[in-house]
Amino acid sequence: MAEIRLVPRGKIGITVEAEVIRPDLIAGKTKEEIERLTVWQGPRELPLSQFFEVELHGSAPEETKIIIDGEVSRVKRIGQGMKSGMIEILGSAGMYTGAEMTGGSILVRGDAGSWSGMEMKGGLLKITGNVGDHIGSAYRGSWRGMTGGQILIAGDAKSQLGGGLAGGSITVEGNVENFCAIRQSGGLILIKGNAVRGLGAEMNGGTVVIFGEVKNFSPGFVHQGVESNPKIGEIELEGRFARFLGDYAASKNPKGVLLTRTSQEVGE
Amino acid sequence: MAANSTKTMIIKNGYLFDPLNAIDGEVVDIFIREGKVVSSLSGPEARDATVIDARGKTVMPGGVDAHSHVAGTKVNAGRLMRPEDHYKSVRKKTDITHSGSGYTVPSVYKQGYDYAAMGYTTVFEAAMPPLEARHTHEEMRATPILDMGAYMVFGNNWFIMRYLKEGDIEKAAAYVAWMMRTHKAYGIKCVNPAGVENWGWARNVKGLDEPNIHFEVTSREIIRGLAEVNEMLGLPMSLHLHANNLGHPGNWELARDSLMITSSLEPNSKMELEWAETKASAKRRQTVYLAHAQFNSYGGSSWNDFCSGAPDLAKYINQTENVVIDSGSIPFGPATAMTGDGPAQHDLYMLTGQKWSNCDVEMECGSGILALAYLKSSRAHATMWAIGLEVLLLIDDPWKTIMTTDHPNGGMFSQYPQLIAWLMSRKARDDTAKECHKWAYERSSLGGVDREMSLYDIAILTRANSARTIGMAHRKGHLGAGADGDVTVYDIDPKSLDVNDSSYIISRFSRPDFTIKDGQIVARKGEIVYVPEGRRYYCQPYMDEEVEKDMMRDVRDWFKYYTVGFANYPVPDKYLKNPVPIPVNVPMEVVARR
Repeated sequence: MAEIRLVPRGKIGITVEAEVIRPDLIAGKTKEEIERLTVWQGPRELPLSQFFEVELHGSAPEETKIIIDGEVSRVKRIGQGMKSGMIEILGSAGMYTGAEMTGGSILVRGDAGSWSGMEMKGGLLKITGNVGDHIGSAYRGSWRGMTGGQILIAGDAKSQLGGGLAGGSITVEGNVENFCAIRQSGGLILIKGNAVRGLGAEMNGGTVVIFGEVKNFSPGFVHQGVESNPKIGEIELEGRFARFLGDYAASKNPKGVLLTRTSQEVGE
Repeated sequence: MAANSTKTMIIKNGYLFDPLNAIDGEVVDIFIREGKVVSSLSGPEARDATVIDARGKTVMPGGVDAHSHVAGTKVNAGRLMRPEDHYKSVRKKTDITHSGSGYTVPSVYKQGYDYAAMGYTTVFEAAMPPLEARHTHEEMRATPILDMGAYMVFGNNWFIMRYLKEGDIEKAAAYVAWMMRTHKAYGIKCVNPAGVENWGWARNVKGLDEPNIHFEVTSREIIRGLAEVNEMLGLPMSLHLHANNLGHPGNWELARDSLMITSSLEPNSKMELEWAETKASAKRRQTVYLAHAQFNSYGGSSWNDFCSGAPDLAKYINQTENVVIDSGSIPFGPATAMTGDGPAQHDLYMLTGQKWSNCDVEMECGSGILALAYLKSSRAHATMWAIGLEVLLLIDDPWKTIMTTDHPNGGMFSQYPQLIAWLMSRKARDDTAKECHKWAYERSSLGGVDREMSLYDIAILTRANSARTIGMAHRKGHLGAGADGDVTVYDIDPKSLDVNDSSYIISRFSRPDFTIKDGQIVARKGEIVYVPEGRRYYCQPYMDEEVEKDMMRDVRDWFKYYTVGFANYPVPDKYLKNPVPIPVNVPMEVVARR
């Protein structure tokens, strides 16, 4: 197994676009070659070594792991488009972390910026802290977001989590803000905490489960009944859940499912 | 690379395809002096000339696009509406070029570079609303390399409808003349006549003889009236018509009937300029130029019995001499529909559910935009693909057809090479039909069409006829003495060309060896090497001064309905770089004063 350790050299001012930090792209490269990879900072193209000290341990490129040894919240696009390998970030990461990734895994031991996991197609993105807006979402203007893979968030998320979600799953241990699951057409979103408003707006497929409170419930959802320990694919939820179908505000025959915890009796 | 230090150029040994000079693949050398084609160079001039050896290669005049949506508010609204169209299609800046982005609706810089890299040197914007003329000129001013001009939308203009209702064709002509001078427009465009005005009241018109709301004028009266105005003024291009009922099953008959309206008129171009030498007449023959015929060649009565109406429409066009069409073909993939036809765009939204926008342009016209993608698996789209090729292949005389995608409505201009591959090879069409929904061949006649176009035909459809139809063949679309030194050299040996090798045709037409503009190499194998500023053509037509004075009183009277002040209405000269006004119908006293 090859292990590449990138040690941040210091504080970064203008954000750095570092889509070259990708295990499958770095695999098999020498220390010097990795140092010479270029990243953009504003209008300037600079070598990676400007921002990171590179340490290389071991070989066998097919199991490449990148460890970023420090806080990199001013570094964007880490692991963007990666197909395999592992990235572990010992601190917070910037925007677009793991965007468009198709395989492999990223572990962020801290917070992650907005658009992380954007249009992700496969693999695992795990964040131990909080995240920004548009996690696992579609790019602006598009309504086809994440299509596969898994995002796990231990903290809170801001707005538009899972926008246009078409496949895969997102789990949030904490709270979400506005318009979570907007235009969702497939896949699963599990929220252990609360949501503010617009949950599932314009949804026409897939499933959202919320364990906490919804401050302003979306008006286009219709109550279908109460279920005990409902199953979603292979996942079995514990407890009683009210089942809603929507969003009727957006279409006549929507297939979006919204499950909320309830104290009502089954069948009500 | 900087501008060539010499002012002469020789392109030698190439196989030339120059249909307006009846040159069909003969080896002819081309000489250019100070941007213009000349019949020969003197000894010293030839010694200093930039020489391009085109041995074994195909040489054509620079490409001319007669109908493309590349500048103006609707184009820009399309860009703003579609960030997802931009972020994966980017162009890096170089020492001499700007960066840019956009797939179906590129930024102005990228548009200019992409057209030039594909061998096109002249592009006309197909719809400029008068109120948006400033914006259109601003975008054209920012477009590099290309020579451009814009057609002005008149088909639902309040003044035109009023004058035509009153039967005052002279005032209508005076109004058009004043508007074209004021807004620096090149030709008359007519979009869904009478219908777009009704759209202001959430309605449309059903046929040619339905009077519209308030003005009580019919589509037939508007088409006839604008065509008469066009020939009365003697404009370089004929009336350019976007027919009623666009995009709906069963609309081919209405398209045919619309084309019949101008059949009794005589084409009449009265431009004051010098004509470059051509063997065949470079003057237009048509009195109506139908835009994106594919969208108006539908049979059936609904999307369930939808089929091609192209064979029927082509049958009529084959019998008449006064019609030219451009195809508006569908090469499949993402597109952005944008049109002055607001109701058609709304219908498309109802059909697809895609994001869309609509706009009413005060007393003049309307517009709409919608994001979509044409899929081979869709039965309707597969049929439309076939229709878009039928309209070019079933009309026998190539001088009645122009190849377009109605960029970016049917597809992008950058997909023209794909269209060429289909037009040149039956096998290429058969191969694509196999990947399509079976309706492609079941609901059209394309599967039975054997015709395979030659390089000569392609030169007609992509430069010679587009230039002649819009009245630019006095300097564009051919390489006779006096023509602009716009030349494209394709790395295609006509002697060994395998027309069934589609990927070869597509790659060679996408990236010509040389694109030459005014005798300067602007692109080499797809790379931009020199960025000149293009010219902006517009017409300056004149009418009787007394009639114009009368007409101006009406304009000032109704101007209170506009949201802009009269003084801010015209397009000032500073909005145009390298303007080339074309005087039309100039009265003797004006000539004398000069």
